[in-house]
Amino acid sequence: MTIPRRKFDAVIVGAGGAGMRASLQLAEAGLKVAVLSKVFPTRSHTVAAQGGIGAALGNMGEDSWLWHMYDTIKGSDYLGDQNAIEFMCRAAPQAVYELEHFGMPFDRNDDGTIYQRPFGGHSQNFGERSVQRSCCAADRTGHAMLHTLYQRNVRANTLFFVEWMALDLIRDASGQVLGVSAMEMETGEVWLFHARATLFATGGAGRIYSASTNAFINTGDGLGMAARAGIPLEDMEFWQFHPTGVAGAGVLITEGVRGEGGYLLNKDGERFMERYAPNMKDLASRDVVSRAMATEIKEGRGAGKDADYILLKLDHLGIDVIEKRLPGIREIARKFANVDPVKEPIPVVPTCHYQMGGIPTNYHGEVVVPSGGDPSQPVPGFYAAGECGCASVHGANRLGTNSLTDLLVFGKESGDTMIRFLRENPGHKDLPADVGDVSLARLARLETQTGGESVFEVGAEMRRTMQGHCGVFRFPDMLESGVDKIKRTAERVRRTGIADKSKTFNTARIEALELDNLIEVAVATLVSAEARKESRGAHDRADFHQRDDVNWLKHSLWYREGNRLEYKPVNLQPMTVESFEPKVRSY
Amino acid sequence: MVKRAVVGARYGLRDWLIQRVTAVIMAVFALLMLVVVLFHRPAHYGDWHGLFSQQWMRLASLLFLLSLFWHAWIGIRDILMDYVNSAGVRLVAQVGVVLLLAGYSLWSVQILWSLY
Amino acid sequence: MKFEIYRYDPEQDDKPYMKSYDIELEPSDRMLLDALIRIKAVDDSLSLRRSCREGVCGSDAMNINGKNGLACITRLTDLKQPVQLRPLPGLPVIRDLVVDMSQFFKQYHSIKPYLQNAEVAPEKERIQTPAERKELDGLYECILCACCTTACPSFWWNPDKFVGPAGLLVAYRFIADTRDHATSERLDDLEDPYRLFRCHSIMNCVDVCPKGLNPTRAIGKIKDIMIKRMV
Repeated sequence: MTIPRRKFDAVIVGAGGAGMRASLQLAEAGLKVAVLSKVFPTRSHTVAAQGGIGAALGNMGEDSWLWHMYDTIKGSDYLGDQNAIEFMCRAAPQAVYELEHFGMPFDRNDDGTIYQRPFGGHSQNFGERSVQRSCCAADRTGHAMLHTLYQRNVRANTLFFVEWMALDLIRDASGQVLGVSAMEMETGEVWLFHARATLFATGGAGRIYSASTNAFINTGDGLGMAARAGIPLEDMEFWQFHPTGVAGAGVLITEGVRGEGGYLLNKDGERFMERYAPNMKDLASRDVVSRAMATEIKEGRGAGKDADYILLKLDHLGIDVIEKRLPGIREIARKFANVDPVKEPIPVVPTCHYQMGGIPTNYHGEVVVPSGGDPSQPVPGFYAAGECGCASVHGANRLGTNSLTDLLVFGKESGDTMIRFLRENPGHKDLPADVGDVSLARLARLETQTGGESVFEVGAEMRRTMQGHCGVFRFPDMLESGVDKIKRTAERVRRTGIADKSKTFNTARIEALELDNLIEVAVATLVSAEARKESRGAHDRADFHQRDDVNWLKHSLWYREGNRLEYKPVNLQPMTVESFEPKVRSY
Repeated sequence: MVKRAVVGARYGLRDWLIQRVTAVIMAVFALLMLVVVLFHRPAHYGDWHGLFSQQWMRLASLLFLLSLFWHAWIGIRDILMDYVNSAGVRLVAQVGVVLLLAGYSLWSVQILWSLY
Repeated sequence: MKFEIYRYDPEQDDKPYMKSYDIELEPSDRMLLDALIRIKAVDDSLSLRRSCREGVCGSDAMNINGKNGLACITRLTDLKQPVQLRPLPGLPVIRDLVVDMSQFFKQYHSIKPYLQNAEVAPEKERIQTPAERKELDGLYECILCACCTTACPSFWWNPDKFVGPAGLLVAYRFIADTRDHATSERLDDLEDPYRLFRCHSIMNCVDVCPKGLNPTRAIGKIKDIMIKRMV
């Protein structure tokens, strides 16, 4: 059976912040670009980002990209690649100004410049004191940014394929990437998108955990496709648990609450962060705060009748500040926690939020794999940006606001890199003879599977395993049994079945295909975590409680085939400045 | 023929404004009539006749009626736009309404100024 | 809890029908979307859109007991049983609770929803005072869920010609932005008996907006500016 095919200069999978920033570069350069998205672009998960975009504009006091760089490296627990971090922090202010020029409704200072708020881990003069670096639009920064980027793409006439799910990456025998196969959700039809350059901007896979701030669509589709196509996944053991997800509901409460002056209390009304981070207190980096909260709960100082949550107090900010700077938070707290933060604290718990690892790239957005002795050899025609990519700027722990900075800077840069590649490599290479067969086989299996496992139940099993075996604190025995469990779950995923066989907007089929992707990420996470015998950033092991720079200052690379792990060195050499040598990390 | 939506006729605001202005005129006239009726308490044909023999009353009434017709024209036209899909039929219906309302206007003048 | 859900799969059904569900809920199921996910775990053929589950992405708009709203921020305890769920009115149904939103987005695109400013951008940000920025509050927060537009009788009647409350709210968002220089063109574009003036201030849009926005007020402000321009 021949599959319908269409040719484009470039295909972008994912229409969140990174995908749309990249598509804008390509469309404005006059290239023929197709953007595939499972949801209408403004429904991508960037929409849920709240607190702000990190950039050293210096609107609120002295600031410099070098300090931002230092904070990011320290935040990453020295696992971040310093050249990429320098690149991002230097490019950040320009990225924010561009977004402002596109029409982003940033909050303003009295002098008309962009308002910036303090955020966790961001400091002046290499950790001396907190700095106001987060450029925001109330507590709806991601929403404002995503809509602005979509609007600018409308202006640029970008071609969107809305409600199309990419299925598999197309690579030829030489390994070059030639596009993707994808399914239109409305009709169930499969097409081949033949492209000279392919960008994955598919976001994270936070839905591998039961308690997650992530949207249902965050199923790691790009990671699953890359892994199945033989691309390794980098640093998958590092998952950020956001300190403040609404207890029970998982919905995010921005760190901006603490930036604006809110703080955490245990059941005794103690501001416990003073003990864990005497200098930065509640604005220490997220891994530190989440661990402190988990410790308080573990030691019986959690609030509530089951002593299982922490209180986020902000009523002292007053109704005016809350209504002006944090209106969305008030709405969420009332809806999901049944409390009005103007009067009462919000019950919160650390909740899975962000995947630091992903598809390995360099800071140009090119996907890189070890090859012929070079640990970072670009895969021709293949790019990744945003949460699904790993440049790696976030290392073992991301600072708040740096995700949006990442989207803007690397979205744009990968777009520019693709433009260069397209100019240098005219003409489409032929598609391999068996192109699309893998995708059709996956669909055919779902179609014909009898007595299959329930997608809902196997998914729940995976999420429970991840939550129980690979959370904030990690224990050697739990990790080991977790690896076994998740491998067994992966076997079950291969036998999932769906009752609904309709071609028309069949969401049961979509969810089954998403689970194929999620499970790759879950296995990668547990296998990488079990192997890393140290504690660094968000990866905290009970048996190796210290960071071990001698043996573990390196990136993990997980290969799907045989669950093989390789490692590659961290780039400690910035582009222009002196290297920041690993130091003891305290806030 | 392919059906396509055409928009861009530049009279949206004008007509919207006219409907508001005529509505105000009608409301003022209604209040005026209420006051007049309460004060004069016209009980017989003779009272009414006397009232409408005054020139200002005739002018006010005419203004009211013209406002009513203009207001109605816009409303009826909107209804025709919503319910009559064929442009040809719509044009005929609209011309019909215009002629009817123009006739009403002349008739109003005749009625108001033929009272003696 | 009892539900009656509009079901229609064009491949199998001659016409739509209401299907009843009686579903056991867990204490953690707080919102309507939680219940729908429980139902989908039992009957995977139920199609609906959903994503963020916190009311910011605008995916799961539907007609809930006769009123448009987002399933993810509609509390189950506030709903009368059996809960009647239908797709958004006034748009073609693709399947079950999934509607074809092309017409809605076409109208959104028609108002040129992007900042227009031909001046060379400055080195840094364009300056905007807090008061000027405040003009955008209540406008930029729209999530394009279509609850308002599909609750509007004027849109039901002229979906191809009337922009609808969501599009007009965004149109005013750009008119109100001091950085946008296309006010005159934007007003010209809406100066038409259909695009703007089919709004008869019915205010269904205000009644249903899950974000508490007020498109009718924005439409009124567009008219105010038009009058100011005319007189």
